[in-house]
Amino acid sequence: MNDAASFAGGIDARSIIDASYLVTAALFILGLKRMSSPVTARSGILWAGAGMLVATLVTFAYPGLSNYELILAAILVGGVIAWWSGKRVAMTDMPQMIALYNGMGGGAAAAIAAVELYGLAGAGGHSEPLSLAASSLGVIGGIIGAVSFGGSLIAFGKLQDLIKRSFRFGGQQILNLLILVAALVVGALVATGYSATPAMVTALFAIALVLGFSMTLPIGGADMPVVISLYNALTGLAVAFEGFVLGNAAMIIAGTVVGSAGTLLTQLMAKAMNRSLGNVLFSGFGDTGGATSGAVTGSMKAIEAADVGVMMAFGQKVIIVPGYGLAVAQAQHKIWELAQLLVDRGVNVKFAIHPVAGRMPGHMNVLLAEAGVPYDIISDLDEINAEFETADVALIIGANDVVNPVARTDKSSPIYGMPILNADKAKNVIVIKRGKGAGFSGIENALFYLDNTRMLYGDAQKATAELITAVKAAG
Amino acid sequence: MTGIVALYIFMLAAFTGYEVISRVPVILHTPLMSGSNFVHGIVLVGAMVALGHAVTPLEKTIGTIGVLLAAGNAVGGYVVTERMLEMFKSSGGRAKRGGGAHG
Repeated sequence: MNDAASFAGGIDARSIIDASYLVTAALFILGLKRMSSPVTARSGILWAGAGMLVATLVTFAYPGLSNYELILAAILVGGVIAWWSGKRVAMTDMPQMIALYNGMGGGAAAAIAAVELYGLAGAGGHSEPLSLAASSLGVIGGIIGAVSFGGSLIAFGKLQDLIKRSFRFGGQQILNLLILVAALVVGALVATGYSATPAMVTALFAIALVLGFSMTLPIGGADMPVVISLYNALTGLAVAFEGFVLGNAAMIIAGTVVGSAGTLLTQLMAKAMNRSLGNVLFSGFGDTGGATSGAVTGSMKAIEAADVGVMMAFGQKVIIVPGYGLAVAQAQHKIWELAQLLVDRGVNVKFAIHPVAGRMPGHMNVLLAEAGVPYDIISDLDEINAEFETADVALIIGANDVVNPVARTDKSSPIYGMPILNADKAKNVIVIKRGKGAGFSGIENALFYLDNTRMLYGDAQKATAELITAVKAAG
Repeated sequence: MTGIVALYIFMLAAFTGYEVISRVPVILHTPLMSGSNFVHGIVLVGAMVALGHAVTPLEKTIGTIGVLLAAGNAVGGYVVTERMLEMFKSSGGRAKRGGGAHG
């Protein structure tokens, strides 16, 4: 019996593939586990990478597969472009690059759903019919994937400064809700087969894409990391749902793991920024230009680099508070050089990092690591805050909102309640700043006007170079 | 795979994802997000299967775009995560220019 033999052969290939997918899923989970500690993190991505390689290779042996030349060409083109862009992207631009790659994953999940649904609806319905559960999950996964794709593109555009303003108008949330309802209604018609025509399938994805755009456009740049993290979790979920449609356990496991891990990560980030997720998605703060607080009194007092050099060189303890401005000026290497000079003189130097320093929680750590700063002299908010009182100098470079004492006192301020670094408690506060403008959020910083604060005006890179000269000259 | 088995997998995987990163320090948030972004690049195998079974020109076009995007997700996610994690070192792990030389 010819049929039976080939059938048996098919099962065989399938079981080898399924076994390989199991190995892949295990490697992913172990890899993620290793990535959650700095000591083992490097090996974590290697493990996960090995898992991905195994899964991709065995999939070529999938029974009944055709279009090999298209598959290979697409992998090659997509892979090479991503490899090239990933290798050359600057560490400062990492958040938007992650958004872009994540959007691609969401788009791929939507594409899988589209191929399946067009197969059911199109030219005589040549695909095998799906169960109601499978078609429903396929449709939901497709919607989520398309939303994640559209939303991630907007997030990328905003962080890359391609989209400069936030589009907001009255009733926007109601409009978004209506678009969501429309997507669900069309989705339900398609999934139940009630009106599963190619035109309806096209409409479904168009609506979902528009939803992704319109949901993300009103959200300001400062809140983007939380949004990117959310879309990351959503893409995972979409992948898991499409995995169910295809009967692919590796996709279900990996997608769900990312979905739940990503949700947790999103909550942690939102908490670090003192925002609730609902607040981020629906309130529209986090935009530049919300400057309202005028309650700050006093004046800013300037200081020369030479004086700061002496102050630090003969101090006991210096705490450096870097912010995104440091990275923009590419001054990470210079600041590490300065820190090493001070350490050589016996000064106790520490870096204090706020959870949202940089453009994403942990982003500043990546940027300092790039400059060679070892992670064990970098402290986070909870560890360092008690130490500011004993510090001779708190050196603020390119950070603003995260050291603004207004967050502790002024209930009307948008950042009220946000945990901040207590830099104002240090004996001397030195702020390196380009000019007198407000920060990323547009909120006036009361720290700059305190009696123990001095402003060192200038570009972070140049000012740090001057400090290095000054410390060397201090003898 | 039956629906109920898939539900079991869903549930166990959801708890696993939560547990695996529940104690992650803030310093690793960005790399970990990037790493989990890489992991959902597994969508590549699904996109390959979808394209492999595509028949009409429309399906083939969408399928090809799907594989292209998925490959970008997987490869790009890997490259940037690896680049970030490569840089994390402790003071013990590098030659210190500080304390050692002077005392």
